[in-house]
Amino acid sequence: MAENVKPRVRVPRDATAGETIIIKTLISHKMESGQRKDDDGNVIPRSIINRFTCTFNGESVIDVAMEPAISTNPYFEFEVTVPESGTFEFTWYDDDGDIYTDTKEIAVS
Amino acid sequence: MKLTRRHAIVMALGSAAAFTMPFRAYAAVEEDIEAFTGGVEIGTGGITLVAPEIAENGNTVPIEVDAPGAEAIMILATGNPVPAVGTFTFGALAGSQSAATRIRLAGTQDVVAIARMPDGSFVQASQEVKVTIGGCGG
Repeated sequence: MAENVKPRVRVPRDATAGETIIIKTLISHKMESGQRKDDDGNVIPRSIINRFTCTFNGESVIDVAMEPAISTNPYFEFEVTVPESGTFEFTWYDDDGDIYTDTKEIAVS
Repeated sequence: MKLTRRHAIVMALGSAAAFTMPFRAYAAVEEDIEAFTGGVEIGTGGITLVAPEIAENGNTVPIEVDAPGAEAIMILATGNPVPAVGTFTFGALAGSQSAATRIRLAGTQDVVAIARMPDGSFVQASQEVKVTIGGCGG
């Protein structure tokens, strides 16, 4: 069970229709790679977030398959074209089966 | 020291191991590429990979990829124990086929980005990153 996992997402509050906006996401997670060893020389088991998705009103924006080479506190920045007002849904899938989500509203004029 | 037959065999085995180890890591890269492209020839152009020339800390190296029109982009760190870094798949609403993230690099190596285009072709870009402190621990 991963502790202190906190997603943070930055989305502009409003946009004009068809505008391309930048979204930045960060989630605090240790992303244990499965390569490191503890003081006794035992391998620390892998524990990472293995997938991240972003959808807008149910339609896919980006889907990232993640491997242990993604840094601690995974950060993603990408662009989205917003056709209408709606809700962004961000989902992170942990190795241990946990799912972390965050949602953001955007008003399109 | 006299070179006995036993010494010769040990030395031969040692050098054989030294040759196969980097080759094995290389084979993993080949496998990942094969799995992504299905053996299709990879072209160049139409994809940009931005990575620092020198990264002081291999634990968090900022990278950016941009491949206009691509369906998916795979990132590989060819010198890592596990070369695969991640695959970005872009949906209909993606404003551009670009993304930025931070990755771990075990040491100085080439970072490779391969993009799959809607017509089934592939393009790649690579960039060498010099790493001062590796990011794989132990």
